[in-house]
Amino acid sequence: MESATTPSISEPRKTPLNAWHRRAGAKMVNFGGWDMPVEYPVGGGLVAEHKAVRGSVGVFDVSHMGDIRIRSGRVSGGALAAVQHISMNDASKLAIGQAHYSAMLYPQGTFVDDVIVHRLGEDDFLLVINAGTREKDVNWVRENTKNFDCIVENLSDAYTQLAIQGPRAQDVLQKLTDANLGVIKNYWFTHGTVCGLKNRLIARTGYTGEDGFEIYVPSDVATSEMAWNKVMEAGREFGIIPCGLGARNTLRLESKMALYGHEISDTINVWEAGLERYCKMEKGDFLGRAALERAKASGLTRTLVGLEMCERGIARDGYPCFDEAGKEVGVITSGSPSPTLCKNIALAYVPPAMSAVGTPVYVGIRAQKCKAQVVATPFYKRPKRIAPQQTAANS
Amino acid sequence: MAYPANYRYTKEHEWVNVQGNVAAIGITDHAQHELGDVVFVEVPKVGTKVEAGKTFGTVESVKAVSDIYAPASGEVTEANEVLNNTPEKINTDPHGDGWLIKIKLSNPAELNSLMDAAAYEAYIASQSKEASA
Repeated sequence: MESATTPSISEPRKTPLNAWHRRAGAKMVNFGGWDMPVEYPVGGGLVAEHKAVRGSVGVFDVSHMGDIRIRSGRVSGGALAAVQHISMNDASKLAIGQAHYSAMLYPQGTFVDDVIVHRLGEDDFLLVINAGTREKDVNWVRENTKNFDCIVENLSDAYTQLAIQGPRAQDVLQKLTDANLGVIKNYWFTHGTVCGLKNRLIARTGYTGEDGFEIYVPSDVATSEMAWNKVMEAGREFGIIPCGLGARNTLRLESKMALYGHEISDTINVWEAGLERYCKMEKGDFLGRAALERAKASGLTRTLVGLEMCERGIARDGYPCFDEAGKEVGVITSGSPSPTLCKNIALAYVPPAMSAVGTPVYVGIRAQKCKAQVVATPFYKRPKRIAPQQTAANS
Repeated sequence: MAYPANYRYTKEHEWVNVQGNVAAIGITDHAQHELGDVVFVEVPKVGTKVEAGKTFGTVESVKAVSDIYAPASGEVTEANEVLNNTPEKINTDPHGDGWLIKIKLSNPAELNSLMDAAAYEAYIASQSKEASA
């Protein structure tokens, strides 16, 4: 008989808001070992949730993501050195209060995981990592920073993480916090009182391509539900609805944001994935750098492109790609209908010779080869915000 | 939504409505609810032979591809082309306007092994009990 406190390997993990999602009638799915809401039929489901985020505001429970804090050991400087060793972006360029997108690489230059690095202090960093790779990442970080003078803490279970995303996200969250959200720039963060909870991390980050915030609150069920309900209440006048992983995926796909296990993985390198702007080769040595140098010298054999279907059919994850001669040349990494564009879009690895915009690519959809073409990405870019001073002057 | 008493139902959530020797086939209300908003439908051309228990097309939501299994064998006499432009009919009227194909039955006796409405309702009730356990 199993112990009451030890879940079996096959039983999915639950976030503190799991009961709330189930009470709301969410359709649940096992994502990376987590029992998560994929959509909420009562609010209209995936398409309604996607449109709510693009048009107004939606809220996601993303507590399944992980959090690793790396801070000074005996002497300041060890944490930065450790982060610089394991992360490909240049953490020394981060101001305190600033975050950036990065990745941890294997010695072969391929991806352990992508990560958002937040600089909490001079020598104090928070890495936010993917749900499905929590344990792997924590082990990787511990193993590869053990020779640095730093302390590594796995804080993944300490936080309930809510993502409030959409053009009205700031209006919603401002009702709940004493922090001045208007001065927080994109990919910057602060700490403040949120939903009555003191000193919480409030970051202008997200995975939707819209403006938005991610807040980190204590992970006990009562506090988590309190915060979630307050966000829902504050967002009511803006039409806020809870959003699941289905909409999370269509939103990030339209914005050409990578998903681990699809666009990035342990067999794909930084150049192939098109993430060179987050890889600061000039900062000095880091895990994977040497392999990336060699890969750059030998040239690309495949590259990530955006596709739009021209013929009837939906390209989906894992479908093969063919050239005009019918030869199999690549694969779809992520594909789906796009609720914003009303087209069927996809990301795919193809040979560099087929990467020019307009190139036809044929997608194997069951027994047929359906024509798609290479298009520019991102598929969707949010409209630029009018600065508050301008609107005041015009009124 | 009620399950029409005169239809027959499969474990894969298709329905059959027999009128004489022709049978209309679609997916049930339960199936459309599980799928979510339907965005794409693929059905065979008129004249295609379908075989009981084998797939004959697909219904897709944003998130998922669902294979559709023929409840009975026969030849396609009509395909609901309207669904190409208005696939959402499968959500709004799964047992009526959302029909997928009509077939001329080659072996009407196959229908005897299908569930009636009461059995189907009991079947989906038992499935959802298992799912939430």
